[in-house]
Amino acid sequence: MDYYNLMRIFAFIHLLVSIPHGYSNYVETKAGQFFSSGHTNNWAVLVCTSRFWFNYRHVANTLSVYRSVKRLGIPDSHIVLMLADDMACNYRNPKPATVFSHKNMELNVYGDDVEVDYRGYEVTVENFLRVLTGRLPPSTPRSKRLLSDDRSNILIYLTGHGGNGFLKFQDSEEISNMELADAFEQMWQKRRYNELLFIIDTCQGASMYERFYSPNLMALASSQVGEDSLSHQPDLAIGVHLMDKYTFYLLEFLEEVHPASQANMNDLFKVCPQSQCVSTPGHRTDLFQRDPGSVLITDFFGSVRKVEITKDTINLTSPVEPPIQRSGSGDIQIESLTYVDQLPVAEIIHQKPKQKDWHPPDGFILGLWTLILLVFFQTYGIKHLKHIF
Amino acid sequence: LDSRLPLVDRSDGTKDSESFTAAAARDQFQEELVIRPLHSGDIYASFQFRTLWDIDFLQERQKVSHYRLFPKSLGQVLSKFSVRELHISFTQGFWRTMQWGQPFIPSPPGAELWVWFHDTVSDVDGNWKELTNVLSGIFCASLNFIDLTNTVQPSASFKPLGLGNATDHRFLRYATLPREIVCTENLTPWKKLLPCGSKAGLSVLLKSEKLFHSSFHSQAVHIRPVCQDEQCTSKAWELRQTLNVVFDLYTSSQGKKEWSLFKMFSRTLTEACPLATSSKIYVDITDNPELFELNPVTPLLSQAVVLGDRRTYSVFDLTRAETFGQLCSLNLLLRWKGDSGMNVFDGCDMLRPLLHAERYVAGFGLQTGEIHTVIYNNHPYRAFPVLLMDSVPWYLQLYIHTLTVTSKSRDNKPSYIHYQPAKDRHRPHLLEMLIQLPPHSMTEVTVQFERALLKWTEYTPDPNHGFYVGSSVVSALVPSMVAMNTNFTQDQPLFSSFVPVKEESSYFVRVYTEPLLVNLPTPDFSMPYNVICLTCTVVAVGYGSFYNLLTRTFQVDEPSLPLEKRLANLIRRIRGVPLLA
Repeated sequence: MDYYNLMRIFAFIHLLVSIPHGYSNYVETKAGQFFSSGHTNNWAVLVCTSRFWFNYRHVANTLSVYRSVKRLGIPDSHIVLMLADDMACNYRNPKPATVFSHKNMELNVYGDDVEVDYRGYEVTVENFLRVLTGRLPPSTPRSKRLLSDDRSNILIYLTGHGGNGFLKFQDSEEISNMELADAFEQMWQKRRYNELLFIIDTCQGASMYERFYSPNLMALASSQVGEDSLSHQPDLAIGVHLMDKYTFYLLEFLEEVHPASQANMNDLFKVCPQSQCVSTPGHRTDLFQRDPGSVLITDFFGSVRKVEITKDTINLTSPVEPPIQRSGSGDIQIESLTYVDQLPVAEIIHQKPKQKDWHPPDGFILGLWTLILLVFFQTYGIKHLKHIF
Repeated sequence: LDSRLPLVDRSDGTKDSESFTAAAARDQFQEELVIRPLHSGDIYASFQFRTLWDIDFLQERQKVSHYRLFPKSLGQVLSKFSVRELHISFTQGFWRTMQWGQPFIPSPPGAELWVWFHDTVSDVDGNWKELTNVLSGIFCASLNFIDLTNTVQPSASFKPLGLGNATDHRFLRYATLPREIVCTENLTPWKKLLPCGSKAGLSVLLKSEKLFHSSFHSQAVHIRPVCQDEQCTSKAWELRQTLNVVFDLYTSSQGKKEWSLFKMFSRTLTEACPLATSSKIYVDITDNPELFELNPVTPLLSQAVVLGDRRTYSVFDLTRAETFGQLCSLNLLLRWKGDSGMNVFDGCDMLRPLLHAERYVAGFGLQTGEIHTVIYNNHPYRAFPVLLMDSVPWYLQLYIHTLTVTSKSRDNKPSYIHYQPAKDRHRPHLLEMLIQLPPHSMTEVTVQFERALLKWTEYTPDPNHGFYVGSSVVSALVPSMVAMNTNFTQDQPLFSSFVPVKEESSYFVRVYTEPLLVNLPTPDFSMPYNVICLTCTVVAVGYGSFYNLLTRTFQVDEPSLPLEKRLANLIRRIRGVPLLA
């Protein structure tokens, strides 16, 4: 009986001691999770490479990924959106300023708040590679640059027409899978990404990620080599196919994702199986260091911010009103300023001509040659002329 | 949004405040919407948002760091590139002067940018190049395609619209991109420059789905120094954001001549922008009551002389709560009276525009052509001079010796001609002429050109669309029927105070012609591949046959023997005896 009581007391004391220990373990694991995902900012590069009205679906593909990415938290300043042609305000569009992804005009993926960074003729292979590698001319504005660092997770989405080993840009040039792999290697060597997710929706898309050799890359494609990616559904009012099958089901999947969701990459690999997509989507994870099951969708598609809650109050000081300064100093003579005359006819007619290039005065060259000939004949005399002629 | 919060001053208060400027109480914002029904049944709405800021960016002593209503992105651009005036516009569609009259703020199709730099700038071209790149990032447009091949330096047109005395045209640059597309991605950053964004005031009406489903849409930003007050002793910076839109009767209103704010913009107004000192809507009722009726009726009326005509406007002041009525929302309704069928209006009812210009390409084939610019002077008895500015890209090689200017089938010699020839791949043509237009006449300017063959890398990805030539600009001081107002007052409506008026008898107007679309001789880009295939096939077949002919020899081939004969041959070889056949 005593022994039994002793054991109970002993177990109770042990329990009391282990609770704070367990709690500190819990805190440590939570802190460990806090710092484990490795990335501090998210970027997205979304490219549509096709021109002309019948390639409406490629623009709709890119805009639906743009919409999902914005919805999940990546701001416009961290998204580089490249659209090779304008479908929304195209004169063939029966509903201007809209791009629809579902038939019967259910979802307008263009929206009211869109910022396209590269448009029209600017979407070229050279500009795309320059954006990735960061080698842009110095006067390029910030919204057109990919300012990522070694703690950035980047999502790259390409769509358009492609083939075995290449992707066509604007019907006039191509990018090959080797060029793309080399660009990613340059990014790795310059430490421009922490992890990179590459999604491509073209025919024979898997050929584009075959040649990757840099670490921390994960790739998804809508079809294998030798297969075509197919478009989803046409809209009879607009007259073209609205989306491609793979991106359509990808959009449906992403609409279920919210910023706090725990969906991981294995769910993304299951998007659009062959029964729905007709082509076989492929993926490549051998270069990726973490297990895909532990990678959250929001690691790439969202910009989940880590929030630190504090219970202390912070006092904000009231803003200091700077004293109002009188404009100018007193000793400048105040004179009345006037507007410029818009069409001063008299002044225009009597305008001095602009400075032209300097020409020698008239007749100078002629006089110079006459002088040379005179001196020549005087020196050598007329009797020597027969030696010349 | 950060730029609107006041910054905490770090310098100690004892030093004089030269390192920062107070901007808290020195900028003001006004917004205005003018609705003008047009005779064809369409309706013209013109938004103007003006921010006036009493500061001088270009004074060296003052460093501006406190932005309140003036957008910080534009302020930094102005001070970094020493810009004196900046005018940029994005337009979709073409303004039909003969059907719609004159616009309040004219603009050519596509994108247009003209900038006056300050005299202290030493490298104007370098500043221009960087400025276009920065603006392309701010407005999400491909303005980085502006380079020396489409920039011109006009010598007499585009005088500054703001204050100033010296006008050395070396500091002016003008460029236009006729191919530039305008869509929501240009409207979004434009709306973000407004103090109230798109959340309050008149800017809630700017919905892209309605604005781009129109016959004409133009948004512009104009920055210039203006007089701060009536004495005009100091300068203030004025930023005007204007948006002109013409809604078509048949696409937006289904043929019914009834317009309301809700029908035009899919929205009604509920409040004025809280940061605005004045927020007004002007409805042009000069043709009321014969033409249409306006609901709700307001007692406030205002008369203004604009574009040479005295018009009466109904004014709705949004800063007063009673404008919004019982329902706390304002929806103007204009309903046309009379028959709703086809309207027949002859020119007498509408004030016929006095100046009008057209442009087209004549000729056939892909080698030569002729550009015709036609300018109409519709004034019955007055002649006035116009300044015509033409900027033609280098790949249309103009023959200036074929330039003719004829009015009323007689030669009309311009009193001023400035021509700068093009340099291939460096500079476009610039032609400026001051032409006196006789009254009630048509003047035609023709010049012949030849099309150049570009290098194959210079073609766009869709070369069969054609190549654009920017609009011509016709600037004129048109005699006015009504005396113009030369006084500058603070409470003048914005639409009548855009262009400074110097004399009462005329007003300044700028007319843009259509842009031209010319086809250049385009090679077939699949030909290199076809040529390689064909040549290789021909070479292979031809050379291969020739090689065979020269080097082929015939050998007799023995048929293979059956097994027992081969064994017998083997034994015979061992024995040394002649072999079987």
